[in-house]
Amino acid sequence: MSGAELIAILTAILGGAIRVSTPFMFVALGETLTEKSGRINLGLEGNLVLGAMVAYGVSYETGSPWLGVLAAGFSGVLLGLMHGIICSLPRVNDIAVGLAMMSLGVGLAFFFGKPYIQPSAPRLQSLPLGEWASTPALRQALEINPLFFAGILAAGIMWWAFANTRAGLVVRMTGDSEPAARAMGVNPIMVRIIATALGGFLAGVGGAFLSLSYPGSWNEGLSSGQGLMAVALVIFARWNPLRCILAALLFGAAGAIGPALQSVGISQGYYFFNAAPYILTLFIMITSARSSSSAREAPGELSIVK
Amino acid sequence: MANAETLAPGISADTARLKAIAEAVFIPAAALVISAILFSLFLLALGKSPAQYFELVWRGGFGTFFSFQNTLQRAAPLILCGLAFAIPAVIGLTMIGAEGSLVLGGFAAAAVAVPLVSAEAPVALTMVLMIVVAMAAGAAWNALAGWLRHARGVNETISTLLLTYIAIAIMNFFVEGLLRDPASANKPSTMPIGKDYMVGPLPGMDVHWGLAAGIILAVLLQILMSRTTFGFAARVTGGNPRAALAQGLPVGALIVLCAAIAGACAGLAGYFEVAAIHGQANASLVAGYGFTGILVSFLARHKPVIIVPVAIMFGAIEASGGLVQRRMDMPDATALVLQGIIFIVLLASETMHGRLAIFQPKAEVERT
Repeated sequence: MSGAELIAILTAILGGAIRVSTPFMFVALGETLTEKSGRINLGLEGNLVLGAMVAYGVSYETGSPWLGVLAAGFSGVLLGLMHGIICSLPRVNDIAVGLAMMSLGVGLAFFFGKPYIQPSAPRLQSLPLGEWASTPALRQALEINPLFFAGILAAGIMWWAFANTRAGLVVRMTGDSEPAARAMGVNPIMVRIIATALGGFLAGVGGAFLSLSYPGSWNEGLSSGQGLMAVALVIFARWNPLRCILAALLFGAAGAIGPALQSVGISQGYYFFNAAPYILTLFIMITSARSSSSAREAPGELSIVK
Repeated sequence: MANAETLAPGISADTARLKAIAEAVFIPAAALVISAILFSLFLLALGKSPAQYFELVWRGGFGTFFSFQNTLQRAAPLILCGLAFAIPAVIGLTMIGAEGSLVLGGFAAAAVAVPLVSAEAPVALTMVLMIVVAMAAGAAWNALAGWLRHARGVNETISTLLLTYIAIAIMNFFVEGLLRDPASANKPSTMPIGKDYMVGPLPGMDVHWGLAAGIILAVLLQILMSRTTFGFAARVTGGNPRAALAQGLPVGALIVLCAAIAGACAGLAGYFEVAAIHGQANASLVAGYGFTGILVSFLARHKPVIIVPVAIMFGAIEASGGLVQRRMDMPDATALVLQGIIFIVLLASETMHGRLAIFQPKAEVERT
């Protein structure tokens, strides 16, 4: 492999990672918020797909892609609220409810999305940050969607809020110890419903990126399970919003290796790179499941770490 | 129930048991009715007729012998995938990896068939080998998650989810590479196993043997889980793992075995998808049966024999999709919406177990 080819591959992976990582980042942040409150939402795939459909539909009907992003977020809030309320009933399994919300979200998206498969809706414009670059490949790689930066901003705000605000403290306390939260006069059920609804908002916005930026159209095969992977991303990021950015970029890069290799004529064998993040996450779970450091990082009330 | 008060005190254990069964039937049935009402409201809001929908599902699913066979055909993998969720559920595990075991089992069967078919090996031998390999691959894959749970404390729900994605990637890797049939241009697949090596239909029907396999396995697993020492030990472990450990039960072995049984069921479903439907392994194996199986198992309250009728019901909903699409001008995702509503109402109804006074034995025991 020549040096030029290697650079081409690396540029393609960089561009791909930035493009592919945005939905990963939003679902990971949404899941982090929910899990920090002590509950797991396995249904973010439903939020993602429904968000993608709603964003595309609203953008098509109103002509404003940003209104679409907002609507996608609110569709996520609705699904999150449902999840949060149902899981608050005693003896209801939050993991199973997540799977049910996924079927409902995906079902509703496919049901109402049928008429939007053909028409072309206005997309979100990317920012051309690569004007200075000499090669077209690099220029293309640096066409970055504003939502990518919105995700990084959201991660920063979340990280800061968990450490420095009253709301952040309440969420963390509810997630770590329900009795402690009750003792402080906090209603854990309310905190969890709100955290799941806000987490659902973020996942919905992630869906909007799928249909309005990259791949940038609405169809039933749009999501390749990014929402389902949210749980893995959060474990990978060890419940830290800033590390969610890193995890999303890494998962995105792993997905981008295939197309990048294809662009230089290598069309075989890259499926193992697609599986790499999952293998890595499993490995992290195996090595950290019973170590004391993971016990400190994982919320204590979370059913998956108990 | 009304004459329970007149019974002698010694009978009240039977009464309690009857009440428990009545509760286990009534609550899911009520959940189904509520789901049907919610779904009807959904249809009414869209200006469609609920009566027409349910009539079409009935006709498309059970109306003629042809449509009933279509229903049974779709029910077969759902039975096996339902079992794949139910058996670990008995021992207290939430394993959602049936999809992965199905894909890996189907792929392994197709892969082992390639050299055998080209060498024109005996049909019976090839079939047996394919079945064994499919079940072993599914079992090993799921058992890995069970073992990780027991030995390392890795959450089985997440690990089975990850293993599902890894299984799909493994299949894609080989199907697009080493084992690709050069003739499969648009949809990379393994070499077709050929008509001679495929599984035929059941006698007098157009439904493949997967249905019979599913029903037989459901009955066998029902006996295993409710009538044997193994099943008893598994139920004790599911009820209270600490007590099971204190009693000296081999909890680790039980967990791994239950996970392996589940994986074998899903792997067998994969075998039938390859050997009875597609004739080769490709991306069509990833059809979501593994995930619908979870819903089937929940509705059957993880009881193997109940899974059969529940799977047939969902088979009918899917089989009638085409008819609903044509007559009511509704997308095939309608079935998904209905399934989602049923799933959510059903899970919410779990909260009612043990809370409805008429199903509780206590009040009666006090009176007698």
